[in-house]
Amino acid sequence: MMMAAASPSASPGAAASARSLGGRLSAREVGKTYDPDGACVEALKDCSLEVDAGAFVALVGPSGCGKTTLLNMIAGFDTLSRGEIYMDGRVLAAPERRRRPGPDRVVVFQNGALFPWKTVLENVSYGPVRQRVLTRREAQEKAVDLLRQCNLHDVVAAYPAQLSSGMQRRVEIVRALMNEPKVLLLDEPFRAMDTVTKTAMHQHLLEMYRLSRKTVLFITHDLEEAIYLADTVIVMTTRPGTIKLVINVKLERPRQPKILFSHEYLELKRQAAESIHEEARKAFERGEREQA
Amino acid sequence: MLGLVPLRSPARCRWRINWRGAVTVAGFVLLWELLVRFGGAGLEGIPTLAQVCRAFWDKYLTNAQYWQSWLVSFERVAYGFALAQLLGIPLGLLLGTRRIFHEVAYPVVELLRPIPPLAWVPLSILFWPTAELSIIFITFIGPFFIIIVNVHDAVRSLRKEHLWLARSLGATPSYIFRRIILPAVIPSIAAGMTLGIAVSWNVVIAAEMIASDVGLGRLTWEGYVSHTATTVIIGMISIGLAGYLSTLVVSYAERKLMPWQK
Repeated sequence: MMMAAASPSASPGAAASARSLGGRLSAREVGKTYDPDGACVEALKDCSLEVDAGAFVALVGPSGCGKTTLLNMIAGFDTLSRGEIYMDGRVLAAPERRRRPGPDRVVVFQNGALFPWKTVLENVSYGPVRQRVLTRREAQEKAVDLLRQCNLHDVVAAYPAQLSSGMQRRVEIVRALMNEPKVLLLDEPFRAMDTVTKTAMHQHLLEMYRLSRKTVLFITHDLEEAIYLADTVIVMTTRPGTIKLVINVKLERPRQPKILFSHEYLELKRQAAESIHEEARKAFERGEREQA
Repeated sequence: MLGLVPLRSPARCRWRINWRGAVTVAGFVLLWELLVRFGGAGLEGIPTLAQVCRAFWDKYLTNAQYWQSWLVSFERVAYGFALAQLLGIPLGLLLGTRRIFHEVAYPVVELLRPIPPLAWVPLSILFWPTAELSIIFITFIGPFFIIIVNVHDAVRSLRKEHLWLARSLGATPSYIFRRIILPAVIPSIAAGMTLGIAVSWNVVIAAEMIASDVGLGRLTWEGYVSHTATTVIIGMISIGLAGYLSTLVVSYAERKLMPWQK
């Protein structure tokens, strides 16, 4: 079942410049068993993957396949039952180790997690101030600057509830980037959005990626989205989650919506769909809700 | 005040007259008048609104003792309610955040909570040295359990994403408590206070009828004992107004506490 992931082929220049900043992730035979009431549930099994520094990797799989568990382990929110996770050669997480979340790996959650009682500016400048990397004033200047780059400077003083969900998610990504993380962990951030908003969000995310060149691990159940955004698409199986397939996406950046109709994109999509067809069928037979 | 509703416009909040509501209020007054005039069953002893207004003008408007009742009732509610918040909010936070404390103390809360505040009246009178203290105690008990449970539940249903994120961005445990947990439970504190202030008034009126010489509840009761129906109705309207005014104060405080909820 296990299959090691190949390294992605990000555009070489950018990857090289990002490499010095770090952000190379590697998971080795990671497993997770939940044992709530004696009923052993194996959520993840022998998951191994490599993510190069500065690469954009998408993790695709049906609901309940353990994508989020894997991401939470990398973020330091969840413990491992087996295996290790490394970042830039250092052990990040292993069984029997304390969970250690840190600003070098910031998560953007599915349902958003902006603090509703803080304004956009306070939310965005929160991290550096807490870590005492910047003074409040410096952090706010930097925040305004980043927000301006992302065309969000109009909402600096607004509270999250006053923003659309798309804007909230963009603010959240900016908040993550404020911490200069090595890795940006995105957990189905555009799940609840309509197609039009989603398409706009893809362009915003690609632009933020182009500007920051952080390693991005993007979780989704949407194969098309994954191929469109990522350099490498890693497909996971249903429970127990394991790596099924790694697809290298050699579409050039910057990516524009028109490539969705290009021959290369469609060919990639066809191959990917064929390879996961078998998994989809298995999942369907098992009565799982299949969304990949 | 009656029949006026704030117009919900995002830019500015202007007042407009709610004509439908005004008509309903007028209809109610008319119906009252008609029923009393033409003798609806069981309404023989009920005064008309005009008689009530007349009695208010003659006997109560300039009556220091009447306004004293207002003051006394308000004072009791204020003490009981404030004490309930001061003790209940920290206790709810402790119960929500400390597992061992929760296991030790929460069963007691669960046992005492279903006892209606008024059931505490006899014991309270026996226990406290003065009637005043026992009334304040009962006014305290009502909102106390409400706020405990509200805060406790709010802490337990905090979104783990907020806590995770705060930690990963470098917040210390004490910062998380002050700046993440506290603001996150404020909406529930507000909801608990809205419920609590209403319960406080419920309870204080009943307690005054039983155990006091002054207060709006006592005023109403005395009206009943002396067969003065106008006094009863004046008492009822006063209590309604007093409750309404305290609710206004509480919701004003809530808005100040939660500028992010507009």
